[in-house]
Amino acid sequence: MNFKARKIIPQLITVLVVVLIFGFFTFNAQINMDNRGIQFGFGFLTQESSFDVQFSLIDYDGSHSYARAYLVGLLNTLLVAFIGILISTILGVIIGIARLSPNYLIERSAAFYVEFFRNIPLLLQIFFWYFAALRALPLPQDADPMLGVFYLTIKGLYTPSFVWENFDIFLYSIIAVIISIIVIKNYAKKLQENQGKQLPVLYISIGLFIILPLITFLIGGVSLDFEFPVIKQLSTTGFIYEGGLSIPPELIALTLALSLYTATFIAECVRAGIQGISKGQKEAAASIGLTPNQVLKLVIMPQALRIIIPPTTNQYLNLTKNSSLAAAIAYPDLVLVFAGTALMQTGRAIEIVSITMLTYLSISLAISMLMNWYNKKIAIKEK
Amino acid sequence: MLKVIKSLTSFVAMVAVLFVFTTETMAAKKSKTLKNTQKKGFVRCGVSQGLPGFSNADASGNWTGVDVDVCRAVAAAVLGDANKVKFTPLSAKERFTALTSGEIDILSRNTTWTLSRDADIGLTFVGVNFYDGQGFMVRKSSGITSTSQFKSGISACTNIGTTTELNMRDFFNSKGISYEPVAFEKADEVVAAYDAGRCDTYTTDKSGLAAQRTKLSNPDDHIVLPETISKEPLGPVVRQGDSVWEDIVRWSLNVMIEAEEYGINSGNADSMKTSENPAIKRLVGAEGELGAAFGLDNDWSLRIIKQVGNYGESYKRNIADTGILPDRGPNQLWTKGGILYVPPAR
Repeated sequence: MNFKARKIIPQLITVLVVVLIFGFFTFNAQINMDNRGIQFGFGFLTQESSFDVQFSLIDYDGSHSYARAYLVGLLNTLLVAFIGILISTILGVIIGIARLSPNYLIERSAAFYVEFFRNIPLLLQIFFWYFAALRALPLPQDADPMLGVFYLTIKGLYTPSFVWENFDIFLYSIIAVIISIIVIKNYAKKLQENQGKQLPVLYISIGLFIILPLITFLIGGVSLDFEFPVIKQLSTTGFIYEGGLSIPPELIALTLALSLYTATFIAECVRAGIQGISKGQKEAAASIGLTPNQVLKLVIMPQALRIIIPPTTNQYLNLTKNSSLAAAIAYPDLVLVFAGTALMQTGRAIEIVSITMLTYLSISLAISMLMNWYNKKIAIKEK
Repeated sequence: MLKVIKSLTSFVAMVAVLFVFTTETMAAKKSKTLKNTQKKGFVRCGVSQGLPGFSNADASGNWTGVDVDVCRAVAAAVLGDANKVKFTPLSAKERFTALTSGEIDILSRNTTWTLSRDADIGLTFVGVNFYDGQGFMVRKSSGITSTSQFKSGISACTNIGTTTELNMRDFFNSKGISYEPVAFEKADEVVAAYDAGRCDTYTTDKSGLAAQRTKLSNPDDHIVLPETISKEPLGPVVRQGDSVWEDIVRWSLNVMIEAEEYGINSGNADSMKTSENPAIKRLVGAEGELGAAFGLDNDWSLRIIKQVGNYGESYKRNIADTGILPDRGPNQLWTKGGILYVPPAR
C-alpha cells in the first residue's frame, strides 16, 4: 500500500499542477477579455470574409466564408510543404551521396553547398530568392519563351495548361497500370525465389505506362489539348499572360529557398546514414559478386535508411513549419491568410491563433506518424 | 472642556484627512491608465514601423510625424514634457492586440476608424487626425491616368490586415475587373515588390502612397491617380473602459486643432494669455478650470501648444515641408474650406 501510494502521489501532484496552471491562464484570459469587452466564439468562421486571395487551389473569393479562407491557406501551406519535401529529399540524397564521392571536385562542391546554405538564416534566403529573382526576371513583354511555351517573368511562370476530355477514363487506365505493375512485381519476386529467374520489371512497367494510356487515347475517346498562355496588354507598358497556368513568383521563391535550405540538412542525414554502415558490409557484398549499384541498392541503403529516416523526419517537420515565413513575401499560406488578414478583419486573436497552432500541430503529427510507420516497416525484423 | 476641544480637533483632523484622501483617490480612481502613466513617467504609444509624415524614426531614433505628435501632446498634457513618450513600432497585424493587451496606452498609427473596429474588439476611437482615402499609384510610363483605364488581369500590391484589402475588392468587383492581390506583411516589402515591377499598381491610403513614393528608386516615374475609392478617417485609438484617459487623448488632439483655429501657435502661446477672447484664454489656461475634469492642472493645454504646436504647425512640419502632401485638402480647418471641425473646448 505504502509503495503504491508513493508511486501514485507524485503523478497525481504533477497532473494537478498542470491542470492548475492551464486553469489559471484560461481564467486570466477570460477575466481580461471580459474586462476589455472582447467576446469569445467561433461564429465568425461562417461570416463572409470579403477579402480576396492571390493564389488558391480551390474556388475562393471574398464572398466565401472565413472557414473557406482557412482552407485556402491550409492547402497553400500543404502545397509548399509537399513540393518542398519532394525537392529537398531528392536534392538532399544526391548531395549526401556526392559528399562521399571519391571525386575530389564533386565532394568539395557538395561540402561547400551544405556549409553555405545551412549557415545563412532562412528568412534572408527567402528574401534573396524573391527580390533577387524579381530584379533579375524580365517583364512579361520582354520574356523569351523557354522551349517555345514557358514564360518565366517577373509576374510569375506561365505554362500551358491541359484541357482534358474524358479525363476519368484516362485516370482509370493509370490506376489499372499501377495495379498490374504491383501484381507483376509480386510475380517476379516469387519467380526469382522459386526458380532464380529475373524478370525485367522496370521495362515491363515503362511499357505498360506508355501502352495502356495510349490505348485510351486511340479508342477510349480521351483527348488532350493544350491551352497556351497568350500575352495581353493592360496599359502602354503593362502586360500579362492570360490562359494556361500561372505560378506566382512568391510560390517559386518560397519553395526554392525552403528546398535548398532543408536539402543541406537532409544531405547530412544521408551522409551520416551511409557512413554509419560498417565497411565490412560493402566488402562482403562485393565479394559475393554484386555490382556497385546492387551493393548500394540491396545492402547499404536498406541498412542506412534506418539511420536516415528519424532525423530526416525532423527536417520534414522543420520545412513545414518554416513555410510560415511565407508571409514575408506575400505567399498566401495559412499564416498570411488566416492568422494575418482574417485575424485582422475579425480581431479574434485568441480563436484564430489557437486554430492555427492546432493546425500546424496536426500537420506535424501526421507527417511524424507517416514517417514512423515507414521507419517501422524498414526496421530490422527479428525472425 | 479641554477634552471636548481635543476630541473636536481630532474629529476635524480626521474629516480633513478623510476629505483629502477621498479627493485624492477619486481623481486617481478616475483613470487607471493616467495613474500608471504618471507613475511610470512616460506615455506608451504604438506607432507604425515607418511611414514618413505620420510616424517615422530618423537615424538617431527620434520619432516625428502627425501621429507621433498626438502622443507627444498627451505626454505634454499629463507629464509636462512632450519628449516623455516611449514609442513601440507595430505592424498592422499586431497593433490592436498590443493595445487591448495593455502593452501600449495609445495607438496612433494611421488607423482607419470603422464601425466593426470601434464596436467589436475592445477599442475606442477618440477622433480623426487625418482624413484620408484609398488611392492607386501607377508607373507614369504605363500611360494610365485614371482608374477607368484598369483592365482585367491587373496585379495590385498592398499590405495585409488593413481596410485596403476590403476596399480593393469592393472597387474591382463593382467595376467587374478581375485582379491579382499581392498582399505583404510589411510596407517596405510592398514598396520593393512594386518598385521591381511585380505589380501594375500599388494601393493604400493616399497619404501612405505619397509617403511611400519617396522611398521608390525613382519617385518621379510614378503618379498617384486622382480617384479616391474609400473614406479613411485615421485617428488615435485607446482601450475601451477608461473613459477619462479616452477624454484626455481626445481633447489633447482637439486642443491642437482648436489652437490653430484661434491662431495660437507654439511661438505666441504665452502672449495669448492676455487676449481679449475668452475662448483663447481658456485654451492657454488663463481662464476656466478645463484641466480639472481630467485630474490635470490648468496649464495642460498651454503645454501642448507650446511644446508640440497647433495642428497646422504639426502638419506643416511633418507632411507639407517634407514634400509628402503640400496641399492640405480636406485636412484644412472648416473655416478655410476643409473638414477639420472640433467641439469647443469649454
